[in-house]
Amino acid sequence: MSPSSPARRLSLPLLLGGAVLFVAVVALLFYGVRRSGLADRDSLPSALIGKPTPAFDLPLLHDASIRVRAADLRGAPYVLNVWGSWCPTCREEHPILTRFALTKRVRVIGYNWKDEHADALHWLEQLGNPYLLVLADTDGRTAIDWGIAAAPETFLVDAQGIVRWKHSGALTQAIIDNELIPQLVQLERAPAGASVRAAP
Amino acid sequence: MIPRAAACLLALWLVLAGAMLPASAQPASDPTPLAYRDAAEEARFHALAAELRCVQCQNQSLADSNAQIAHDLRREVLDLMHQGRSDAQIKQFLVERYGEFVLYRPQVESRTWLLWFGPALLLLAGAAVIATLIRRRARALPPAADEPQEW
Repeated sequence: MSPSSPARRLSLPLLLGGAVLFVAVVALLFYGVRRSGLADRDSLPSALIGKPTPAFDLPLLHDASIRVRAADLRGAPYVLNVWGSWCPTCREEHPILTRFALTKRVRVIGYNWKDEHADALHWLEQLGNPYLLVLADTDGRTAIDWGIAAAPETFLVDAQGIVRWKHSGALTQAIIDNELIPQLVQLERAPAGASVRAAP
Repeated sequence: MIPRAAACLLALWLVLAGAMLPASAQPASDPTPLAYRDAAEEARFHALAAELRCVQCQNQSLADSNAQIAHDLRREVLDLMHQGRSDAQIKQFLVERYGEFVLYRPQVESRTWLLWFGPALLLLAGAAVIATLIRRRARALPPAADEPQEW
């Protein structure tokens, strides 16, 4: 017995280290399992947050002769909602977005992504048009500059044209109340210099 | 009769296919295939696309994915190649828009040190544990050497 006792005594810190490692692995597993239940588990943080919007130049869906540039939207914050008539989740999101747009809290601009012109117009006629204006990105080129991966996606852009927030997937009332509106409140509290500029 | 039967089958197939479509539908796609200038360019394109991750279906590479955005991004990557941009510049272009996530091989920087060197660290730690164990056993063993039934 005597020769094995020093070995056992010496391995105690090793055992302790092993137990710590085991608990850490279990904690990681638990974290992974919990995360896998979240609806937005696959959504990526936008690489654009804190950076200016891309310098886009897109026609309006309702009148292709009018083009809107990034600079035209400066001066007040706006919410940019990416949708397509081919996107069932956009249809689900539509009533919630409409309710938010009706509060007139902020300009809500539509970004019609890779859509058929007639289908897009029909969709808006059928469900109602919550947007102040709708930009049409038919070939999806500009969407790459925005880092758009799938519809629906929603951006919040401040008066200086800096992307402040993005949500991938359908907006819910909880996301509007707990994320979008607090972000807006923060923008409204921004330095006075920012709010002095009139909206276009 | 045969064309009619074929048409019926086709219609049935279309209905079934429509019913089985996943919830996230796809926007209209440009059906023209990517136009490579030569085989070398095609090889370079495939090598690059295999290193980029699809931003929508995240367990597929840009080369493998059939998602619409992957289709668009492949076209964009080829356009950038035609503009004479290097692989590194193209990767940078995508990282600026979609984040580090698009790279299957993240860049080595302070934020990714653990990712890059963590496995080597674990290996070293394991080696150290085994080394100490062996040394301790070797120290503990000699007195027990004459009673093999202990083992």
